[in-house]
Formats: sequence, C-alpha cells, structure tokens
Amino acid sequence: MDDTTVDEGRADGETPDEGLLEEELLIEEISIDGMCGVY
Amino acid sequence: MLDRRLALHPRVALRPEPFGALAYHYDTRRLVFLKHPDVVRVVRALSDHATLADTLVACAIDEHRWPSFQSALTSLYESEMLCEQRRAPVDAG
Amino acid sequence: MSNAAHPSTLVEQLKGGLDAPICLTWELTYACNLACVHCLSSSGRRDSRELTTAEAKAVLDELHDLQVFYINIGGGEPMIRRDFFELVEYAIGRGIGVKFSTNGAFIDAAKARRLASMEYLDIQISLDGVDATTNDAVRGGGSHATAIRAMGHLSDAGFGPFKISVVVTRHNVDQLDEFKALADAYGAQLRVTRLRPSGRGADSWHDLHPTNTQQRQIYDWLLAHGDDVLTGDSFFHLNALGEESDAGSLPGLNMCGAGRVVCLIDPIGDVYACPFVIHDEFRAGSVRDDGGFGAVWTESELFAELRRPQSAGACASCGSYDACQGGCMAAKFFTGIPLDGPDPECVVGHGEQAMRAATADLPRPAMDHSAPARQPGPPERVPVAIGRR
Repeated sequence: MDDTTVDEGRADGETPDEGLLEEELLIEEISIDGMCGVY
Repeated sequence: MLDRRLALHPRVALRPEPFGALAYHYDTRRLVFLKHPDVVRVVRALSDHATLADTLVACAIDEHRWPSFQSALTSLYESEMLCEQRRAPVDAG
Repeated sequence: MSNAAHPSTLVEQLKGGLDAPICLTWELTYACNLACVHCLSSSGRRDSRELTTAEAKAVLDELHDLQVFYINIGGGEPMIRRDFFELVEYAIGRGIGVKFSTNGAFIDAAKARRLASMEYLDIQISLDGVDATTNDAVRGGGSHATAIRAMGHLSDAGFGPFKISVVVTRHNVDQLDEFKALADAYGAQLRVTRLRPSGRGADSWHDLHPTNTQQRQIYDWLLAHGDDVLTGDSFFHLNALGEESDAGSLPGLNMCGAGRVVCLIDPIGDVYACPFVIHDEFRAGSVRDDGGFGAVWTESELFAELRRPQSAGACASCGSYDACQGGCMAAKFFTGIPLDGPDPECVVGHGEQAMRAATADLPRPAMDHSAPARQPGPPERVPVAIGRR
C-alpha cells in the first residue's frame, strides 16, 4: 500500500474556464511513518 | 454517496491549516491532508445536513465539482475519517 | 504561500512548514540504564536542569492548544522518570497521543498491564540484533534478554501490537528477515531506521554504518518488504539506487521534516530541529523562553531558514537529487560535509570525497551525558548494562 494515495475527483468534460483544475485533488493521505525523525 | 448522511468520525481531529486542514484519526493513526478549504467547509458542515448532496448545495459547491467531492468524501469514508449517521430529520437545534 | 484555488503538492506544503508540528519527539530524560554505543542523545546521566513535572505539563498544555496530534517520547530511558506515567496520562487526557520508545528494562508484568489499559499509547522496544551477541555488542550485556522479556510481558498483558525498532548497522543488516520473523511472532510491527553519526554515534559511525554493498541490500529488502515495515522515512537517501534500475522509490514522503513538520524537545527544554542534531547549530530555542514552545516553533530563525527552499548546492548537477534530496542533514553535519553537499552515504559515491574534503574539526554533540564508566570507541569491550529492576 502506497504511503501517499492521491485522491482524484474527475470533473465533467466540459469545464468552464474558471482557473480550476479539471481534476481536483482534494485530499491526500500522508503516511504517519513517512516523517523522518519520529518513532 | 450523495444521499448518505455523513459526519466526521468522533475519533478524528480536524486541524485548520493555511491550505485547508489536517485530519488525524486517533484510533487508526491515519493522517489525511485536506488540500482545499472548500473540502474542509463541506466536511465541517456534513452533520448539519440530511445528506451529502444537501451539504454540497449549502456550501455553494458548483455541480461540476461534485464528482471530485464525491470521490474525496468516499475516500474519507472508506478510511474511516467519516462515518455514516442514521437518517434523521434535520432539526433547528 | 499556497493559493487556495491551486492546492500545491503535499510535499511542497510540508517543506514550507506547518503552523504546528504534526507530532514531535520529546526526550524526557538523559538518564539511562544502558550505554548503547550509538546513542543519538549521548545519554546515561540525568541532567540536573531537567524539566520539572509542572514544566512538562505546561508544555503538554501548549501542545494541546497547538493541536499537535501525538508525541514520540524517548530519552535516555523515559521510564526512569518518576513522573513517567503521570506525564503520559496527562498527555492522553489532553488529547495528545503518546508513542514511546524504551529498552524495556522497566516493563514488568504489572507495568505491562497498566500500559495495556491505557488509551492511545504505542510502544516501541529497541533491539539491534536478533541474538544476544549481535545486540549486546551495541546495547550492552543483558539488553537483548531485557527487551525480549519486556515483549513477553506486553504480549501476556494483551497490549496488542507494539513496535520493534532496529537501527540498521553493518552487523545486523543480514538479520533483517529474522527481525521480521521476530516481529511477526509477536504480532508486532517492525521498524528499521538509519544509523546517524549523532551523539555517541559520532564515535562509532565509521565502524557501524552499512557499507555501500549493504546499502543496496537494505534498499532491495525495503523494496520487497516496504509495505509491512516502518522506516521513519529514514532511508530516502537510498532512493537514488532506484534511478539506475527503474526500481521505484521507497514508500514515504522523501523529505526531511525537521523544523517543518516535526522537531525535538530535549530533557532540559531545548528545542532542536530533530533528535539527530542536538547541537547549537540546530537549536531553535527553549520551552523556557518567553512564549514557550509555540513561540519557538513559529518564530525561531533556524526554523524559518529550514522552511525556505533549500539549495541543492553541490548536488544540483546530479541526476539523482530529485530522488535523494541530498540526504540527511544530521549525517552531513556530523561528518563535516556542508549541508548543501552530498550525504556521507551518497549511493552514487560523492559522499566519500566530501568527507575527505572536510578539513575542519568535526562538530561534536552539544552535551555528553554518558555515564562515566563508558569507554568511547568501537564495541570491542561490551558496555556494562547497569540494570535496575
């Protein structure tokens, strides 16, 4: 299992040009252990 | 997912950050990065509304963004950061 | 500096520092019943300036307010502190999770039951060899037996999964499979971490750190087992090995969190970037300063510097830099390599030359709390473990 899983929400094909990404990456899981210097 | 009644899991702490928020589950020890303030607003508002759809409407999320939010919240639900609540009528309290 | 409409990558956000640590390491005491040759905190004797119980609780109050999610307690041997349970229970009561690292000497059957009854408490037992000969050469006579005994008590008490934490050395790198089997036998989780030339490790590093061939062995093993084994992301300097063979990178964030996402509070309340850099160069302040821990985290010049984009320096022209990020700050510092230079264990081989070029006296740890009986140098003489039961 990846320590960082990127959640991609896919928007509809016709996205108005609002400066938003077509795929919004709204959440990402961080591995608790993926941090040097901690137990 | 859209007609589920969801809430932040009681064992999850939500900590605001400039970019959005960090969510930490004290039982699973999982840590999730909420990358956009809008998803934070939605997560905070979940328990005030009867369904996810109602929450997205109340938070003024454009419908073309709903698939992204559905995916994100599904992911949060599957990792136990959100839980489902028994359907209940929304009251003013 | 993130624009809300364009969420930046996770790692970019974290490198720029968070408003509060996610978690932090807190060494409760420099006192220790052991005298491990590689001790990152040069522990042994208590420092008379240790934080009082009241001061420690005040720090916990601050961490609660900052919403630090959990603390990693260590030392020295944290269970030596008479207020150990009081502080742990206070932390948990304030909604701060506790993970602590111990050599197990103070976990008897009763303590194990007490620990098993506590909410949100994770335990990590230190072990550096699957057999007493290998382990005790580094951690002292009797320490292997002590650790195994503690694991037995935890198991009997129904504690649930604990962690076994191994510092990978030249002498135990062939035991990785056996460590995994040991952890599996207890239903425990294996953690393997990198040896840094920090604390007493500065003296033993040249004899203990893995060879180049062994680094590849570690990398290959982690690729095969990475899903089941924790590493504290301490081997990201090995990711450059993946560049050659397209093997991919080790699980983890590939970044140093020191001063950005995590930090250290030492037994006398000093705040350092991480537990491996207990040295003035990396001292950010003290919890005893006005403004306490929070002010140090937010305002210290050292942390502000660490949160600025780091220069690749000498490594900029190396194709592996994206993978290895220049390695570990602590490893470079204590081997005399500039912080924008290569890691001493650079897998491409730049570290050796950089160490040779280091002409100034090597930095020494800020303090040495080693017990007087310890002889510095390679572990030809087995250090005496002063056991207290």
